[in-house]
Amino acid sequence: MSRTWGITQAIDLAQAHERMTATMSIPLPPVPKEKRPRPVQVRAKVVGVRVVGAYREFTLHAPGVGVDAQPGQFITLGVGGNSSALLLRRAFALSGVDGDTINVVVATHGPGTRWICDRQLGDVLDLIGPLGRPFPAPPPGGAALLVAGGYGAAPFVGLAQRLCAAGHAVAAVLGAATGDRLYAVPEFPALTRVLAVTTEDGSAGRTGRVTDVVPELLPGASVVYACGPMPMLRAVAAQSAAYGLICHVSVEEAMACGIGVCMTCVLPVIGDDGTSRFLRSCVDGPVFEGAKVRFDDIGRLPDDLYGAAAMRATR
Amino acid sequence: MTPSADARPKAVMGTDMRTHLGATQIPNPVLTASGCAAAGRELDPFLDLTALGAVVTKSVQLRARSGRATPRMSETPSGMLNSIGLQGPGIDELLRTDLPWLAERGARAMVSIAGGAVEEYAELATRLRGARGMVALEVNISCPNVESRGEVFACDPAAAWAVLAAVRAADPGVPVYAKLSPDVTDIASVARACVDGGADGISAINTLLGLVIDTDTLRPALAAVTGGLSGPAIRPVALRCVWQIHRAMREIPILGMGGITSGADALQFILAGASAVSVGTAVFGDPNAPERISHELANALASKGFARLSDAVGFAHQSVDFPA
Repeated sequence: MSRTWGITQAIDLAQAHERMTATMSIPLPPVPKEKRPRPVQVRAKVVGVRVVGAYREFTLHAPGVGVDAQPGQFITLGVGGNSSALLLRRAFALSGVDGDTINVVVATHGPGTRWICDRQLGDVLDLIGPLGRPFPAPPPGGAALLVAGGYGAAPFVGLAQRLCAAGHAVAAVLGAATGDRLYAVPEFPALTRVLAVTTEDGSAGRTGRVTDVVPELLPGASVVYACGPMPMLRAVAAQSAAYGLICHVSVEEAMACGIGVCMTCVLPVIGDDGTSRFLRSCVDGPVFEGAKVRFDDIGRLPDDLYGAAAMRATR
Repeated sequence: MTPSADARPKAVMGTDMRTHLGATQIPNPVLTASGCAAAGRELDPFLDLTALGAVVTKSVQLRARSGRATPRMSETPSGMLNSIGLQGPGIDELLRTDLPWLAERGARAMVSIAGGAVEEYAELATRLRGARGMVALEVNISCPNVESRGEVFACDPAAAWAVLAAVRAADPGVPVYAKLSPDVTDIASVARACVDGGADGISAINTLLGLVIDTDTLRPALAAVTGGLSGPAIRPVALRCVWQIHRAMREIPILGMGGITSGADALQFILAGASAVSVGTAVFGDPNAPERISHELANALASKGFARLSDAVGFAHQSVDFPA
């Protein structure tokens, strides 16, 4: 089934709430009296589970979440139920939206993602979304190059659909360490003029990394989008910059809350005023302009960062 | 009527949930916790900020702070370890944007202040004096004292006294709560020093100092090496602290916190002697948690026959003899 973006019909939250309560026993968050600002917190029912290589792709009935969601945005899921010892939410890129249902792809990293991967049809998850800033549009008529590492391809399914529908030429490079860690490869031939697949062990596509292929495709592109591990983002952003192209990167940083409160998921980013700040990847990102991210300073406290002087005074 | 310890409690229809922060009455005993709600705005989509007892804002300092390097957080069993470093834009920005935003919505603000020297706390209290929407100050004294080789104010009763005395002098009118660290030998003596200095109430507790080592990298999980442990893992420690402070000073109001994730958890703190509670780390897992917990607490109190929240404050002590 193809997933589509661009649903514009408004959803009556109270009605959705009533429909949900009629079929579920788990207590729901209180019904907002008036329409609350985005995002929304809903009880989402698992209506589809698909094994995709090393990943699980979940289709969730999540009323109100997809209404105006954009490719690049993400959702978070609570883990373990009400008495869980795992308190923090897990974040997943939206890989598709179709009316009241959304798609996410889950990779097992630890006990939290393992619990999510064990969910079955009919199970209910505590879901918040849409969160974060989406991918910016390409320049008018411009060709886009999408570069994904592993499940980093998830937000590009929707993005490629959007770009195709808007008449942009799309090329994509999808890479992973092994073939079973590629995602959504079958979706892309219909959406792209050029599709390259790489694996480091040669189990699918060309043997190598996405960065081996990117230089070949930069000449045909007017903007680059990248999503994957931080070293890959750094490399693709550098390749794009060397070619004079803007590269929008979608970062994956450890988050505690996903809604901008905890200040855990920060990284050093150069602002429009030239000043660098620790920005939150959950609300200021996850999409940043690659040239503005100080990849070399991730994990450090650069002296010139806004507010760094006050840290030296009290350390 | 207060239910007696031996009588079977009868459920009441609705419990009067009003309580006080110092002399200021608030309609709901459930507040957010400093550092776990920013300045409220991010939680606005998920709950009614005006229905909370107050939004406790993230500890503010005089100057903008970048915060520490990442990684800043590690999930732990029933908790998390964090070392953010009080990242924030400083007092000017809080006064210019955050407090007016809360006041325009009718949300009450309990403003948490932090500093590296006694004078910094005093200056913050002076700057905040009369700020619209501010109902109380929470003085975060779990900060290193730059003038005392980095010893934490909250671990030294004399230093804690000095901070509270300076804040009290800077703003004689505002309700002032001192937020204590559990990492001390005798928390009641620190609480007493704060009250002697001029605190109206005690916030207990701040995080416990902890450490996680990453067995993949073979290094501490946090860039700052150590961090503050929070969440349900620390709840019994927090409850013990509230219990000890209440036993030492029965008339001093306590804002209890530490791993509260449900109304039943909050009820434990009330029964131990807290007259209000803060919900912190639970917000990261469920941003609606403070609203949910206040409903659950009201139901729990009603089902136990308490007509008023205030009747339940310290109630568990009745079953244990107070020292003469």
